[in-house]
Amino acid sequence: MMSDLHNVTVTVNGNKYERDVEPRLLLSDFLRHELGLLGTHVGCEHGVCGACTVMFDGQPVRSCLMFAVQAQGHEITTVEGLGTMEALHPLQEAFWEAHALQCGFCTPGLLTTLVPFLEENPDPSEEEIREAISGNLCRCTGYQHIVDAVKLAAEKMS
Amino acid sequence: MKPPPFEYFAPATLDEALALMAEHGYDAKALAGGQSLIPMMNFRLAQPEILVDLNNISELAYIRPSDDGGVLIGAMTRHRMVERSPLIAERAPLIYETMPKIATEQVRNRGTFGGSLAHADSSAELVAVSVALNARFRIRSQEGERWVSAKEFFISLFTTILEPEELVVEIAFPPMPERSGWSIKETARRPHDFALTGVVAMLTLDNENHCQQVKLVYLSAGDGPMEGCQAAETLKGQPLTAETIQAAAEIAASADIDPSNDVHATAEYRRHLAKVLTYQALKEAFERAISNN
Repeated sequence: MMSDLHNVTVTVNGNKYERDVEPRLLLSDFLRHELGLLGTHVGCEHGVCGACTVMFDGQPVRSCLMFAVQAQGHEITTVEGLGTMEALHPLQEAFWEAHALQCGFCTPGLLTTLVPFLEENPDPSEEEIREAISGNLCRCTGYQHIVDAVKLAAEKMS
Repeated sequence: MKPPPFEYFAPATLDEALALMAEHGYDAKALAGGQSLIPMMNFRLAQPEILVDLNNISELAYIRPSDDGGVLIGAMTRHRMVERSPLIAERAPLIYETMPKIATEQVRNRGTFGGSLAHADSSAELVAVSVALNARFRIRSQEGERWVSAKEFFISLFTTILEPEELVVEIAFPPMPERSGWSIKETARRPHDFALTGVVAMLTLDNENHCQQVKLVYLSAGDGPMEGCQAAETLKGQPLTAETIQAAAEIAASADIDPSNDVHATAEYRRHLAKVLTYQALKEAFERAISNN
């Protein structure tokens, strides 16, 4: 059964995009394949690993648990929208300086989770940071340097 | 994996949504937050031919005080909103304490209060909480409206009393009775995993601080929300001592629940957990009931 295509207009990283998509196209796949924004990663496709996390109207959500058609009229920020190579977001700088990434697979999902977190919690404790990242799985780092990076970023941003 | 093709509608009003549900009946599934339905669709465990997306119906998202001192929660209210609501903290402290236990923050930003309940996973905290608090569900169809108690609403795993053309629109919680205490205890191996098992306790004391009324409801301990009826019977009219609580916990774990074996835990371990958590929950509920005087 072929489904009709739906027209969707969505703002991603400040840019407006319009595409015709199948309703079943996941937002994660839309960002990657329709828009070529490969920074958002696909891990488990059932909401537990956090690799697909993006900011949706400013809040972190699982892009693997939304259909692209549901983003109609909304604003999305992916890792590509947080900073540029010339001007990294302070959190990205802190991740770099504190060695908070190795393979980098989990990193975009962590960044899109932590940017809103730091906006609401500019001076977080270690416990608060660990709770904030508890929805993102990392197989490489053991999380300690990620916690260090968030503390460093909080300092940079204060 | 990816979902198979489906037809998609995104109505802007409840009336439009109900008309779609009436027209498409068995072939249609309502899409709320999608945090439970979409994983199932991604694995092709659920393959609805038609999705009716409720996320544009803003009239279904609200938290209001009700005249009897309780609260009314619109079905499409995001968990995030309930989690941060001062009204919920004041009038439904058990719900307030439960919200941060639901999945992760990212899931709570999209997931909805009514969606979790309508999905009726026996491992959902809100399912057990709604039974423990004697919630009532307002159900709409094109034909009209009906109210159903939480107990009647849940039939078995992923199965509710909803007819194909019906939608839950609101959940009503009565006020907390005087001299009441509450608790929710659950255990998982990793933070935010589905609980291996869990218990919700609601306790009301009489004038002598004996148990007037207690409700124990278990999650991930059977086919749906499991009530600790036999355990509750033993406590009626009794003082809540370490001994009486322990005895109740043992009865609940051995006789009231029907947990399963799976890769995460054996039924035997779940029973053991239920016993330990029941003790902790009753103790905490009692302490809260005392201090709420």
